[in-house]
Amino acid sequence: MAPVPVEHGLLLAGILFALGTVGVLVRRNILFILMSLEIMLNAAGLAFVVSGAAWAQADGQVMFIFILTIAAAEVSVGLALVLQFYHRFKTLDADAADRMRG
Amino acid sequence: MFEVLWLIPAMPLAGFFVLAVAGSRLPRAGVAFIGVGSVAISSAVALWIGGNFIWWPPQEQAVTQTLWTWMDVASFSPRLGLRLDALSTVMVLVVTFVGFLIHLYSSQYMIDDAGYARFFAYMNLFMASMLILVLADNLLFLYLGWEGVGLCSYLLIGFWYEDPTNARAAVKAFIVTRTGDTAFAIGLFLLFNTFGTLQIQDVMTRASQQWAAGSATATFAAALLLGGALGKSAQLPLQTWLPDAMAGPTPVSALIHAATMVTAGVYLIARTHVLFELAPAVQGAVAIIGAATLLVAGFSALVQSDLKRALAYSTISQIGYMFLALGVGAWSAALFHFANHAFFKALLFLTAGVVIQSAHHEQNMLKLGGLRKQLPLAFWVFLIGASALSSFPLVTNGFYSKDQIIWYAWSSPLGNSWLWAAGLLGAIVTAVYSFRMVFLTFFGTAKTHTAHRPSQIMSIPLVVLAVLSVVSGFVQVPHWLGNTRCFSAFIETALPSIGEGPVVAELVSTVIVALGTVLGICLAYVFFGGKWPYADAIAESARGAALHRFLFAGWGFDWMYGMLIVRPFFWITRVNRDDIVDLVFDAVAGMVEVMHHVLSWTQTGRLRGYAMGIALGAVLTIAILVFV
Amino acid sequence: MNFLFYISAAIAVLSTVMVVTRPNPVHGLLYLVLSLFSVALVFLSLGANFAAALEVIVYAGAIMVLFVFVILLINPGSEATDREKRWLTPGIWVGPSILAVVLLLELIYVLAFGGGQLSGVKEVTPKEVGLSLFGPYVLGVELASMLLLAAIVGAYHLGRRRAGEGDES
Repeated sequence: MAPVPVEHGLLLAGILFALGTVGVLVRRNILFILMSLEIMLNAAGLAFVVSGAAWAQADGQVMFIFILTIAAAEVSVGLALVLQFYHRFKTLDADAADRMRG
Repeated sequence: MFEVLWLIPAMPLAGFFVLAVAGSRLPRAGVAFIGVGSVAISSAVALWIGGNFIWWPPQEQAVTQTLWTWMDVASFSPRLGLRLDALSTVMVLVVTFVGFLIHLYSSQYMIDDAGYARFFAYMNLFMASMLILVLADNLLFLYLGWEGVGLCSYLLIGFWYEDPTNARAAVKAFIVTRTGDTAFAIGLFLLFNTFGTLQIQDVMTRASQQWAAGSATATFAAALLLGGALGKSAQLPLQTWLPDAMAGPTPVSALIHAATMVTAGVYLIARTHVLFELAPAVQGAVAIIGAATLLVAGFSALVQSDLKRALAYSTISQIGYMFLALGVGAWSAALFHFANHAFFKALLFLTAGVVIQSAHHEQNMLKLGGLRKQLPLAFWVFLIGASALSSFPLVTNGFYSKDQIIWYAWSSPLGNSWLWAAGLLGAIVTAVYSFRMVFLTFFGTAKTHTAHRPSQIMSIPLVVLAVLSVVSGFVQVPHWLGNTRCFSAFIETALPSIGEGPVVAELVSTVIVALGTVLGICLAYVFFGGKWPYADAIAESARGAALHRFLFAGWGFDWMYGMLIVRPFFWITRVNRDDIVDLVFDAVAGMVEVMHHVLSWTQTGRLRGYAMGIALGAVLTIAILVFV
Repeated sequence: MNFLFYISAAIAVLSTVMVVTRPNPVHGLLYLVLSLFSVALVFLSLGANFAAALEVIVYAGAIMVLFVFVILLINPGSEATDREKRWLTPGIWVGPSILAVVLLLELIYVLAFGGGQLSGVKEVTPKEVGLSLFGPYVLGVELASMLLLAAIVGAYHLGRRRAGEGDES
């Protein structure tokens, strides 16, 4: 391992997070939206690990483990919903579910 | 033995409670027993205490009985106390005795009415309130009685409430007297603010110490109290309610609107005489108002066709005499006239009740006539009452009291010849309208047939009052006749005395007034009693008819108030029918609706839109956190 | 070893860009896996070995596999790819890009005033992670397990397909 300025690591996390945000906002396919969410969660985890490594403590990795858990739970439930969504609407277009419009 | 003073107002109050709670369950006899009995006990106690007070007066010329402290808030702790001095003794004796007679009369008069128990409950409550009013030692306690009589007046005028006319008359009476009561209340605030107490004696002493005669505060306070007195006593400009108040049962008119409640104003001014003496402008106004009222009302009584309405205007006019006396400083003369007036006016009203009941509820004098032979007792007592009202010389009590007032209007340092002339003119007019009533009702051809003669229970009060109308004058007889000064000597232990004036001038004034009375009676005979149709001829001429209408409508005061107050008020209510304040709330609702439409535009139901919203919000929040 | 960090970072960014822009979902998935791998390398370069291992095993190995299974079940086919191509017009990138750029600028602004700390000075061993996890963070572990339980139940229930269901959602 070589020491890297922590700002660079956080910057990397930020860029990945921004890309994930763009993905969520742009894509209409639900699967891509979920994938972009995973990118965002991963970026957050990256930020934690980078900061933990900066302090040379285990806390960063512990938080990363928690984020991983959350991502796993979210993905399982989310994909189950996607299946139901597809079964109902016969399409993966997120805009198809607009019954809640006011 | 003055410890039982509290029984005097307490007995009618107890009667009220019993009748209010259980009255409808009692038989007529029971209700009458409680209703009349409570007042009878009160009257007996009053006679006993009053007699003791008069013959063996205590050292300070007054007795005070403190009941309890009403409340104790900050520096305000009014004490409920009863004070018996010469002034309140006279008031209590008259109120209880006349009240008892009227209660006795109405136990028979109202016998067929469905609201018998309610009637006696209200009457007892009225008696209790009136007695509290005259015995109160504290202005707040007095105000309690004041409001109580106002309430009972409303309840009793509108006794037959199913008829909307009666209800309107009751509301009119209440609102007009309320206007005066508000002035009274403001006056009480002013007095409390200045002196820190409302105990009457303390207020009087502190006022005479702190206020210079003629000072602005004293004038203001006295004027406000006068406002209250004007409302309750139906003087100009608040006299419009009393003629309409005749919508109530006749005993009510007799008790409340002749003998007692309407004299509350007179009592108030007499009780707070120190304030009025400290404000000569207001006292002068009292005299002028009294003089003006007695003329306005007297002329209005001349053309009334309803028997009770004529008597109502007559009451207003006679109280004008009392105000005139108060205004020139003739305190004992005013009270003397009050006592005499209570007797003969109650007599007149009760007899009118007999006449009306016998003539199948016909109140229009023009439709009555010739009842002299059908109702002899009624005729004789009415004649006595009318004579007392006209101050028929020597044998009626009205002669002694009214002439005294007219004399003092001249001789008092505060009086002048105009007031004397007004009194004289008023006396003539009084004689005319009183005997007009006699001639129209009891003489001439009978236009209505009577059903029955009054029963004994109803006749006894009539006879007693008739006797009193003759003899009660003899306690105060002028110099040139016998010089009995019992009444004024008694009153002057509580109120200031007024000088005597030259005897000869007094004799001259009395003779002139007596001649005026006789002239009035003759005029009445000429116009209304005889077979000469002069009155009708005048009434049918153009100017006569206009004058008739003007006087009939009480000099147009109702019309004027309608124009000035009632119509603008109704205009405002019409304009504000959809409450303006509602606009504010409607605006709020409208805003919410607008926001609803605006915000629903953002509710697309699409996931991406909401995600965009979240992202935008997050960016903005972070921006605020980072840069601000 | 700075090298490793910067190259892995570049690969991560590039492959993430590809994830977001591909019309074919399977392509996107594969690029995502690549992105995750590079992030794992980044962890490695910082001395967070345990995190790197977990990233590969759990994230790339389990979560992405889930995605693959779902695509397998759904079987979108080529018309899905065509649809995506239609949807991905140049115009729709504008707004979100601006937003993302602003976000990035804010982050850079914050980082610009940083303390200049160095990251990855020392390797943090799995043993330390374990001790920390079951020491101070044991409550979090319990909560995480409850969360996973809820996820299992939820996924099972939501994923069920009853026979003859009509408008069930």
